[in-house]
Amino acid sequence: MFHLCIVTPERVYCEVEVESLSVPGSEGYMGILSNHAPLITTLQPGHIEYRVADGKVHMLAVSSGFLEVSENRATILADAVENLDEIDVDRAKAALERGEKRLEAARQGDSNIDIARAQAAVARATNRINIFQESH
Amino acid sequence: MATLREVKKRIRTVVSTRRITNAMEKVAAAKLRRAQQKVEETRPYSHMMDQMLSHLAKAATGEIMHPYFDERPVKKRTLVVFASDRGLCGSFNANVIRRASQWLKETDGAVIELVTVGKKANDFFKRRKWPIVANYTDWEGMLSMDKAREIVTMLTERFVSGETDEIVLLFTRFLSTVRYRLVVEGFLPIARPEASEDESGINIDYIFEPSPESIYTSLMPSYATVKMVTALVENFASEHGSRMMAMGNATKNAGEMVENLTLDYNKARQAQITKELLEVVSGAEALRG
Repeated sequence: MFHLCIVTPERVYCEVEVESLSVPGSEGYMGILSNHAPLITTLQPGHIEYRVADGKVHMLAVSSGFLEVSENRATILADAVENLDEIDVDRAKAALERGEKRLEAARQGDSNIDIARAQAAVARATNRINIFQESH
Repeated sequence: MATLREVKKRIRTVVSTRRITNAMEKVAAAKLRRAQQKVEETRPYSHMMDQMLSHLAKAATGEIMHPYFDERPVKKRTLVVFASDRGLCGSFNANVIRRASQWLKETDGAVIELVTVGKKANDFFKRRKWPIVANYTDWEGMLSMDKAREIVTMLTERFVSGETDEIVLLFTRFLSTVRYRLVVEGFLPIARPEASEDESGINIDYIFEPSPESIYTSLMPSYATVKMVTALVENFASEHGSRMMAMGNATKNAGEMVENLTLDYNKARQAQITKELLEVVSGAEALRG
């Protein structure tokens, strides 16, 4: 068992004792168990899963953020997290459409568009939609 | 002495005003509670981010480069002024504007531009023809993450593209329901983080993925966002606190006024009765003659 704390700039999402944790690290998904070596990593858009004491698995969408593990404490600083009930699919779809339009415009030679930002927006939106569809 | 009818009318006016200020106080108190909660909720994030930065600073070797650290000669300054959208909150906006005007007077040697948050700040500086590059209103007294990100994106883009060399925030920090402090805080460039030495030997070898430097790069925008969010929530808590106090005072004053007016009313009523009695008695006396 170790301590997990998920915070966003807006709120403390949760503070619980967990058995295991899985996060979308910068190099791919990674699992964290008790007594993990100290670690700091960036997070990609994806899903966080953690198993609490009674075996229940919680899943949530994360857009981007950071994870720090040290001395059996895992801290996730996320830009935004949503559990399955909180995901706003319509909004995500709108964001996806908007992002794709911007990328298309960039491909047509519009130099005013920040491609990295548009790509990030598309990735975030796709992630939310995928997680929503998997769970419904 | 005023006539009975006039006094009665004034009492009615004051009573209805008191009803309104009393309601506004209750509303402000409820909003303050929520705003205060928000202040509490955003603190852990900034605290943990500071911690992570300090751990990173220890581990990262060599100079860390990031556009947000770029300290250059200041030719152009941006002041972000935080006020409220609505009035009736005592001296809250007046204080912000006075402090901002003072800052503008004292700061010279650079071209100044303004960014205003809240309708009251915008109204004031627009009337005085200050160059306002952006203006964010209609917050409804609450934090909106989308808007906060919008401001951060706009400010960081201006800074990185060289349109401004320094960005400063002026907002009211919420200390307690009765104490506020106006602060001027640097936003960009960000001071390079330093490894804190006080922690009891937490010099653990961290695994970094992908590397301390690239983690830094992705941390900086979040760091800027959390600074902005902090300023916003403190500003809103202060606004609601000031309004609650102002309305509380107004309600109390109205109460006192009603008391005095009621006294006046009773005096006037008694005077009139006495006068009428005198008239009857003296009339009767005259008849008896």
